[in-house]
Amino acid sequence: MAKFKKADSMLEWFDQRLGVVNFAKVMMTEYWIPKNINFLWAMGVLLTMLFTMLLVSGIFLLMYYKPDVNMAFDSVNYTIMQEVAYGWLFRHIHAVGASVVFLIIYIHMFTGIYYGSYKKGREMIWISGMLLFMLFSAEGFSGYMLPWGQMSYWAAYVITEIFGGIPFIGDDLVVWIRGNFYVADATLTRFFMLHVLLIPLAILGAIVFHFYSLRFPHVNNEKGEFFDYEAESEKYLAGDKKGSKVIPFWPVFLSKDVFVMGVFLIFFFYLVFFHYSFAMDPINFDKANGLKTPAHIYPEWYFLWSYEVLRGWFFEIAGISGKSLGLMAFGFANVIFLVIPWLDRSPTVKPANQRPFFKYWFWILMVDLMVLTEFGKLPPTGPNAWVGFGASLTFLVLFLSLPFITKMEAKKAGRK
Amino acid sequence: MKEFKILAVILILVGITYYGIEPYAHSVMHPEVAPADFTFQDVKNVDTKLTGNAENGKALVEANCIACHAIEAAGHPAVMSNADAAASYGVVPPDLSHAGRIYDANFLANFVFDPVSAMHLQHKYNAESGKQFPMPAYNWMAPQDIMDIVAYLQSIAVKVSDDKAGHKATFEAACGRCHNMQYAGIEATTPEENLKTYMGTTPPDLSQYIKSRGEHYLHSFVNDPQVLLKGTSMPRVGLNEKAQEEVIAYMEEIGDSKKAERNSLGIWVMAYMVVFAFLAYLWKRKIWEEVH
Repeated sequence: MAKFKKADSMLEWFDQRLGVVNFAKVMMTEYWIPKNINFLWAMGVLLTMLFTMLLVSGIFLLMYYKPDVNMAFDSVNYTIMQEVAYGWLFRHIHAVGASVVFLIIYIHMFTGIYYGSYKKGREMIWISGMLLFMLFSAEGFSGYMLPWGQMSYWAAYVITEIFGGIPFIGDDLVVWIRGNFYVADATLTRFFMLHVLLIPLAILGAIVFHFYSLRFPHVNNEKGEFFDYEAESEKYLAGDKKGSKVIPFWPVFLSKDVFVMGVFLIFFFYLVFFHYSFAMDPINFDKANGLKTPAHIYPEWYFLWSYEVLRGWFFEIAGISGKSLGLMAFGFANVIFLVIPWLDRSPTVKPANQRPFFKYWFWILMVDLMVLTEFGKLPPTGPNAWVGFGASLTFLVLFLSLPFITKMEAKKAGRK
Repeated sequence: MKEFKILAVILILVGITYYGIEPYAHSVMHPEVAPADFTFQDVKNVDTKLTGNAENGKALVEANCIACHAIEAAGHPAVMSNADAAASYGVVPPDLSHAGRIYDANFLANFVFDPVSAMHLQHKYNAESGKQFPMPAYNWMAPQDIMDIVAYLQSIAVKVSDDKAGHKATFEAACGRCHNMQYAGIEATTPEENLKTYMGTTPPDLSQYIKSRGEHYLHSFVNDPQVLLKGTSMPRVGLNEKAQEEVIAYMEEIGDSKKAERNSLGIWVMAYMVVFAFLAYLWKRKIWEEVH
């Protein structure tokens, strides 16, 4: 055991035992961030804050929620919303948070794509981020079902049904996932477990991994510039704060984040108090009824684009049924972002606006995702169905063409 | 400046997406319908301009109505228990103590004359279906007599306070025979099994209808259910505008009981965040001065 001397301060007492001074240096004051970043780089901290809010509000909801088909609906809509002091506040923070967290995830994700932050050296940051996105999707979906409302029931029904399309094992898989032949109490109980225990645990692990993966390649910056972190940080520590290209996480980077957080929270609490219903489908205030199908079934807004990729294929092509094609496209859509570091074959790290072809690719993708999202909610009839098909096809073509587009870009850059 | 541009781009993209999936999708899935009409102009079998005589109305009501209807306010208790009444008529006939207050006079007069057409239930009670509405049409009665009945019902109508208790009384008189309101502890006066046979389905519990349907929908729906749900067995109840407002107010008081708390706390939390963001901005500026 190391030698311990009498500590003069509380800090020193802890430092001797836990090395808190070094820890703070590694985590905060000597964790270097590029200086040329804009507020889009604050999204990570916003997400951490939102996740914390979801965790805390979720714990309070957990104290009163009953995962039982006969009690779930009333435990949320009556006990939590009306009887528990400020239960409504926790529910709205949780529900609005769950929706808004996806908005910020998407901004975070497309910031990464725009600035090329997934490229060589940063692949693990990207992959761990996409892993987080998938985990959040599973978390969002399992949580959506818990209030046992009409839309949550039917969304669960439709989404679990998708697995039935998998060859050979599909039907058995659906029964295995549901724990019954239809969405029932067993489904609710297991989704409850997934939502409050297994997936949050995995998310916590993935967050730690995502943060860790940033330490070696460092955060990207607005210009995709490469610089020597050691030399720059030494400059900063030597007192040349203005000349250094890097800043410490605390207090410099965080002071900006805290301001962004403040602005964001005005918007967030406006939603919580005055517009909570944007995140709650009115149909979900009807208790689940397995005998009565809602007129339109659609998922929450953040899944609409991939839902539209799934149902955009409504006719047979080359002997393959529309349903199977949709399922394949859906599978494609859900993994393709993961491998973007290998699809982009241009080695240059630059923001999209400085790349000759990629800039078009990026904005077409954004428009396509918006079209998919909007048509994912509309009834898939008449022209809507064709727009959905066109947008789904465009999505596939965009990703299949990305390697060629970026290769051309690399060649063009090489000629210069 | 650049950051404002980025923010503007994000706001525009989010705004367009939001418009598509909320207001626009909503307008496609729920097209606008005819506005609520409280004049009940489509029913005009009885000339409602005649001035009713409450005295004569009293005699007519006692001779024609109280065999089936209770009128507690005028000292006529129900002749049967709810269970027996439901077994006899299919549904418990309403106590008429509130009728003169909550129903539009024009509707009420025409209801007495021909209940089925006043309630827009011709699709349910007609010669082909062979179904008979429990209350007979009083179309043999002189319009003056019908107006006398209306005048009498108006003269004895129970006054209620303009608060939650009053709203509850209106809700019970208007909806309470068929609908439960579990979160208010209100159970339909007609037993469930009778209701199911009578209506063809169990009428929904209304506890959360202020949220699942919203005030806008309820406003049209209560006024004339057929407009929004063609073929429904829910009758047009014939509430006047004030009674309908009270019913919807009660649904909100029960279904969204924390609304006032939410709105008053919301202002403070947002004000706090504005101050927070302002101080955070000053702090940021101070710190970044050293590095820029």
